[in-house]
Amino acid sequence: MNPEAKAFMIGVCREYGSDRTRLMDIVRRIQEQERHVSLEAMELIAEELGIESVEVRSLVSFYSFFSEKPQGKIVIRVCNDVVDLMQGGAEVSRAFEAALGILVGQTTADGKFTLEHTPCIGMCDQAPAILVNHVVCTRLSAAQVPRMVEILKRTGDPQALVTQYGGGNNEDERIRSMVQNSIRREGEVLLAPREAEAGLRQAVAMQPEDVVRSIKDAGLRGCGGAGFPTGMKWEFTRKAAGDRKFLICNADEGEPGTFKDRVLLTEKFDLLCEGMAVAGYAIGAQEGIIYLRGEYAYLQAFLESILARRRKEGLLGTEILGQKGFDFDIRIQMGGGAYICGEESALISSCEGLRGDPKTRPPFPAQKGYLGCPTSVNNVETLCTVACILERGADAYRALGTSQSAGTKLLSVSGDCEWPGIYEFPFGVSLHEILQECGATDAQAVLVGGPSGTFVDPAQFNRTICFSDLSTGGAVVVFGPHRNLLRIAGEYLDFFIEESCGYCTPCRAGTVLMKQRFEEVLAGRGNQSDLDYLVELGRTIKSTSRCGLGQTACNPVLTTIANFRPLYSALQKAPDDNHKASFDIYGALRDHEALAGRTSEIFPHTN
Amino acid sequence: MSKDKITFTIDGCEVTAQPGQTVMQAADAANIRIPQLCYLEGLTPHGSCRVCIVKANGRLDTSCTLPAVEGMVVENNTEEINEYRRDLVDMLFVEGNHICPSCEKSGDCELQGVAYELGITAPKYPYQFPRRETDASHPDIFLDLNRCILCARCVQTSRDLDGKTVFEFVGRGPDKKLAIRPGARLADTELDITDQVVGSCPVGTILKKRVGFAVPVGERTYDKEPHPEQPVSE
Ligand SMILES: Cc1cc2nc3c(=O)[nH]c(=O)nc-3n(C[C@H](O)[C@H](O)[C@H](O)COP(=O)(O)O)c2cc1C
Ligand code: SF4
Ligand code: SF4
Ligand code: FES
Repeated sequence: MNPEAKAFMIGVCREYGSDRTRLMDIVRRIQEQERHVSLEAMELIAEELGIESVEVRSLVSFYSFFSEKPQGKIVIRVCNDVVDLMQGGAEVSRAFEAALGILVGQTTADGKFTLEHTPCIGMCDQAPAILVNHVVCTRLSAAQVPRMVEILKRTGDPQALVTQYGGGNNEDERIRSMVQNSIRREGEVLLAPREAEAGLRQAVAMQPEDVVRSIKDAGLRGCGGAGFPTGMKWEFTRKAAGDRKFLICNADEGEPGTFKDRVLLTEKFDLLCEGMAVAGYAIGAQEGIIYLRGEYAYLQAFLESILARRRKEGLLGTEILGQKGFDFDIRIQMGGGAYICGEESALISSCEGLRGDPKTRPPFPAQKGYLGCPTSVNNVETLCTVACILERGADAYRALGTSQSAGTKLLSVSGDCEWPGIYEFPFGVSLHEILQECGATDAQAVLVGGPSGTFVDPAQFNRTICFSDLSTGGAVVVFGPHRNLLRIAGEYLDFFIEESCGYCTPCRAGTVLMKQRFEEVLAGRGNQSDLDYLVELGRTIKSTSRCGLGQTACNPVLTTIANFRPLYSALQKAPDDNHKASFDIYGALRDHEALAGRTSEIFPHTN
Repeated sequence: MSKDKITFTIDGCEVTAQPGQTVMQAADAANIRIPQLCYLEGLTPHGSCRVCIVKANGRLDTSCTLPAVEGMVVENNTEEINEYRRDLVDMLFVEGNHICPSCEKSGDCELQGVAYELGITAPKYPYQFPRRETDASHPDIFLDLNRCILCARCVQTSRDLDGKTVFEFVGRGPDKKLAIRPGARLADTELDITDQVVGSCPVGTILKKRVGFAVPVGERTYDKEPHPEQPVSE
């Protein structure tokens, strides 16, 4: 290793106080500078931090944005999410392979480019999309690719690919992105006009317990997908023993088809900070962390600058709004490309500089979370809503939506529809209404809640978005009549296998078995017993997995079997040889026939 | 109203637990058998194999990580739960390469023991035949990852009891595997035959050299009875 690189790495470690819990940040910085984390680098980091190098490798090998092998100066990550593939993502990948002369997964000989696939990057409303280092390019076509590669070769600067900005804060000089907000429906709460900091002012005029009570009275439930009552989570955290408490904002937004948090971060970041300060005040946390997914690194400088401005304005830091004893600040923790880190306890592991393994519960984060301290993890949308509720009062919020599901929900709508984008609807809206508004007239299916949710068939489009019917973090993906739904279900299953942390048996080993048999069925070699096998295996994986990932990983298969049975029936051929459809008698006989030098008389070849 | 004893039931039998004990610890103390694999007394429960799953107040959870609670109703030895357990053990068998008839651990292997206990004769899933590494470099210890079930007992024992951190996991999902110092062989690590980690492995992955077959097959722990303490079925 050259002395400069060594000095740089030691410098990075020391910048973070050689603190083992900041290993994510240390590795990230070294990856970006050196384009990989070599075995030597692992030894060096380990020595600085006083740990073993295999522990460094354990983390490096977990996150897809870190690499042990040298990557190109420019890493092109083509999003291979289902929605991107529907809109030409595969052609874009092939065009990059042709233009760079390498395959996906490879690096050019001159060390300039690496080409990779990556799951959903939160741009389904403007697919196909790619990441070029931190720069996002959207609405691509294969035809544009040669020119893009030419620009990259000439300038070496991914930002040179951005010639037009996407509107709103995407034009801000600290973002300069072509990403568009695609806000299609501004509802009554999050996207409605409001008075800045009114929620925070209201909160500090109240006792912290009363702020918690307000959120309970409003009936707010978590918007990240699980729908846990926010006030209750805050109360547990507030009452938990310990002086040091944390508030973590979950901005990992990894569920394929979800992109609403991206828009809130871009356009409503002050609102989010306001909500976080309210939460900090309510639960007695002085430290806040925003866990920002690595794919949204293009927003980082902008977000940091707003945090700095808020500190100057007395809205972050000590004695917020002049209130004695109300201290609260926020740091941004960057993720490293791992869907599981959206799961709150895995997210905490990641913040602690560990692999993104979920933690054993109990204890729950509210009792023992980040660094063993009581911690509340809340979604971006949840925290934005908190500030709005304080501003207008719990009753006004509760009056929206349904009696069981109060307020509004941001939906990320994408797929085969005229107007993909963000819609703020009151809870209780039906799929019919959503489809009408987004311009989808002939949907064959709607996936509600992303692949961990449910594939819904047209006969059920009168179902509604709410906690007692279709509960969702907000992803709504529309599939037109020409789509091969079962192949799509298989692609989603691949996503979960790829993103499993591998900790527990059913999710690590069972999902692979699920995919194998599912492929047999797709290939027309399955019959009723194979569907039974899938349902039973799926039930075991769902029931015994350790966290939400494994518990929902089989949903693409299970919900299509439940709601799209005719698609499976159409694949089943009556076997012509009295054998199980998945057994290929001719294949089994081939070697013996070759040895015997003749074909079987009992099973003569018909073709 | 702090109590010094917790009372609850497992399959209808009343069991007492000390505050802070898990359902599994209470069951072990009461001589009620709950099948288990990744749990090892003295380590923080890992909760990864999922074999010790029970239904507590109607909810499935792993008994090695679940604190006993007053009045809790636990279902353990039921057909529904044993079916889940069989599926999990089957998954572990097909995920690796378990050549029981020629494995040195045969008869003393806890995976085998749990399989006998649950009445498994052959796994119902197709074998995956993965390619995995072996390391015979160490003078006293042989490492054969073909049989590793990723239970973390060695990782924790080496780190928490031996204070060495010889082992860690790398990769994720189906690619997750046990690893030692990058670029090193087992002989290059601090691993010593007297370390507690050597006896921590439930299967035949970490083996002592030169003591193979000291106890003949047929006379080993699980050779005569599925689980010596208390069989699950019948
Ligand atoms: C595999 C998995 C991924 C998740 N990803 C996210 C995510 O990206 N963003 C999020 O807010 N919640 C995610 N969650 C839910 C979180 O665990 C947690 O419930 C949520 O952050 C709590 O915030 P809320 O109550 O405000 O919704 C995920 C859960 C699982 C099981
Ligand atoms: S269910 Fe999957 S993601 Fe969750 S702990 Fe188990 S292996 Fe990890
Ligand atoms: S080597 Fe043995 S103890 Fe270690 S994880 Fe594998 S099976 Fe468990
Ligand atoms: S023994 Fe409890 S999960 Fe393995």
